[in-house]
Amino acid sequence: MPVKDYIRERFFPHIWCSGCGHGIILNNMLRAVEELDMDKSDIVMVSGIGCSARISGYVDFHTLHTLHGRALAFATGVKMSQPKLKLMVPMGDGDALAIGGNHFIHAARRNIDMTAIVMNNRIYGMTGGQFSPLSGYGTLATTAPYSNIDHNFDVVALAQAAGASFVARTTTFHARQITDLIKQAIEHRGFSVIEILSQCPTYFSRKNNMGGQIEMMEWYKNNTTRIGSKAKQENPQLIERGIFVQRDMPEYCDEYDKVIEAAQK
Amino acid sequence: MERLRIVFSGSGGQGVITAAIILGEAAVLHNGLNAVQSQSYGPEARGGATRADIIISDSTIYFPKANQPNLLVCLTQESYVKYNPAIRPGGMLLTDSRYVTVQKKVDARQWELPMYETIMDKIKNPIVLNICMLGAVVALTEVVEPESVLKVLADRIPPAFLDINNQAFELGMDLMKA
Amino acid sequence: MPDLVKFIQGNQVVVEAALYAGLDFYAGYPITPSTEITEHMATRLPQIGGKFLQMEDEISSICAIIGASLTGHKVLTATSGPGYSLMQEGLGYAIMAEIPCVIVNVQRGGPSTGLPTGPSQGDVSQARHGTHGDHAIIVMTASNHQDIFEITVEAFNLAETYRTPVILLFDEVVGHMREKIILPEKGKLPLVERLRTSVKKGVDYHPYLPREDGRLPMSDFGSEHRYNVTGLAHDMWGFPTSNPGVVHGLMHHLVDKINNRVYTIEKHKEYYLEDARTILISYGASARSALHVVESRRRRGERLGLLELQTLWPFPFGMIREKCENARYVVVVEMNMGQILEPVKMSLPPDKVFLINRVDGVFITPTDIRNMLRIIHGKGV
Repeated sequence: MPVKDYIRERFFPHIWCSGCGHGIILNNMLRAVEELDMDKSDIVMVSGIGCSARISGYVDFHTLHTLHGRALAFATGVKMSQPKLKLMVPMGDGDALAIGGNHFIHAARRNIDMTAIVMNNRIYGMTGGQFSPLSGYGTLATTAPYSNIDHNFDVVALAQAAGASFVARTTTFHARQITDLIKQAIEHRGFSVIEILSQCPTYFSRKNNMGGQIEMMEWYKNNTTRIGSKAKQENPQLIERGIFVQRDMPEYCDEYDKVIEAAQK
Repeated sequence: MERLRIVFSGSGGQGVITAAIILGEAAVLHNGLNAVQSQSYGPEARGGATRADIIISDSTIYFPKANQPNLLVCLTQESYVKYNPAIRPGGMLLTDSRYVTVQKKVDARQWELPMYETIMDKIKNPIVLNICMLGAVVALTEVVEPESVLKVLADRIPPAFLDINNQAFELGMDLMKA
Repeated sequence: MPDLVKFIQGNQVVVEAALYAGLDFYAGYPITPSTEITEHMATRLPQIGGKFLQMEDEISSICAIIGASLTGHKVLTATSGPGYSLMQEGLGYAIMAEIPCVIVNVQRGGPSTGLPTGPSQGDVSQARHGTHGDHAIIVMTASNHQDIFEITVEAFNLAETYRTPVILLFDEVVGHMREKIILPEKGKLPLVERLRTSVKKGVDYHPYLPREDGRLPMSDFGSEHRYNVTGLAHDMWGFPTSNPGVVHGLMHHLVDKINNRVYTIEKHKEYYLEDARTILISYGASARSALHVVESRRRRGERLGLLELQTLWPFPFGMIREKCENARYVVVVEMNMGQILEPVKMSLPPDKVFLINRVDGVFITPTDIRNMLRIIHGKGV
């Protein structure tokens, strides 16, 4: 199907800045849905608040644009009440891990079947460039004008420790890997997390002298590597890409079916 | 009938609230009466002073607390000290003779029964002290039929513990009648 | 049917009433004095094939029930003061996105953690004004178990009729108290089911375009109409807009659908109002003490009456004016510092309106009311 069949043309143009990485994520998310031949009416996309969260308005699925940080909590209600639906939950880094951090670890702990996508641009873009829990020590932001003293989360380690049964990472430079990972995450039964590094040329790179979108994407190319690659052994500073966790664990809705069975005995 | 306002008091874990619920169920489900039961307790799950109020009447009950009980039951000294001044003048006071040392100041008819000692002697399990107390209360007030309480016990108590509960109830009735 | 007679806590009555109304999804977080609702839901829902979720906090609890309501289910969450404060964000979302849901607040003493096991009616104003922005809200209460059952069922009916959250404001006294209730047989109380759109697949569905009667037919997530739901100001498709004309229409729709229907929504009970020289206005547990006084004073020939409110918001100004017109004294009895006193004073000449209250975590007694009435009547204590 052409891409037009997956989007709501009525609501374009989108609000993202030129050069923003989020459009690449939208594009490859739709490719994943098409390649899996999914019925659009089986998909519910739930998002929170922020630049990233606007993604739900543009796609022709059932879409729920919620409150800042609460997307996973809304999604949990949708999924539990109607387990046949496929849940996709794109979130920004502040959305998922600052205000939504508690919901993030608890959704992972339950291992409820949904695909959480952390669109990580390391900044609060919509409010104009404040540091997020993924900005990292030493970065600059409007609320860290003298250099940030907050350390960042490692999304992969956090998701793994919280109990997510599928955890992966890639970047907007590695567009095909986005499609591939989203496909695998959707097909995985359980809570899946994909962190996608996505450039914010308007705020993060400008504040931190990282150039425009092209330089940012080159940075992703030069500073990331496949999990366990030779390059990683030689240069431990490189950020790994790929699937970190993929394990079979009891899924929450399936487990609740057992509760119903026990209660009805 | 005259409206009966009862307070069961003791320490958390002694089952005074359960005893009040059982009495209320007996009155409402098996004797066609109205009953309202409420409780107050501190943050402790065990220990502390616990109180269960129950009002039984053949007419509608609006105010649900037994602020001036006709019958006060105390299973600990602490609850006796705390609640005995509230007793309705001319009311009834029932205490456990092992746990409570009664000062003869209140204007009430008083019964000091060796409920704990009897239970430990005959059943050897303190868990049914509350049911023994309930037996004494039913024998004293005749507010419900003893059979109504036995029916509630049969519905609520796991089969393995039903016998000792029934036995404790009979022991309480006998202590009061003696 | 003798097995329909129960001797249970008010909190358990809420659960049975919700199931009667068709509830099959609950999410909550334990908090005194509402915890028994969460516990009974955990036991009862899987028995009927429904879903129970214990969430990580009250914020996620209200979010989860909103999500479940969108797939076509009747939903509820229950909490108490501190948890209800956390729910204000989600409550505003449900108002803005017009999601049917029922929220129970079994009140305790506040502010903050306050008095977890002490009775209070201190959340009446918060229930009206708690979430930010202009909005209308339906808030109901009851004073005895039979009424709790009927009002809870009514809350679900109103939530579906007006596509709105409905707040049930109970209190520690009725929540924890056990008394006799006769559970209504199936079919005895009318139930309002979800109004679903008749728009066919492939035809443009406008989820936020009200019909002429103000109602908005819904379409379940997962069925053929795919649309957007948002907490932002939105147009008839549910897409964000800042068009002033559209926003103006939305705001008036949200408020008018409730505030213009006070007489349809409003419920109350009357006791001896016809010739009453003094009318007590009360609600929830306080109304039990008030009714105790009214019944006992009537036996002595005193012209005392009770107007028991069951709908607190939208406030029935007109009804109060009409019922209290001929009374010399109107006395509000409540366990707060005058949260219903205020709108009553707005309804009547303020110099005939008085307050009898208690805010010390102790249930207001008939003696309290009798003593204060003597002072109001100029008779001394």
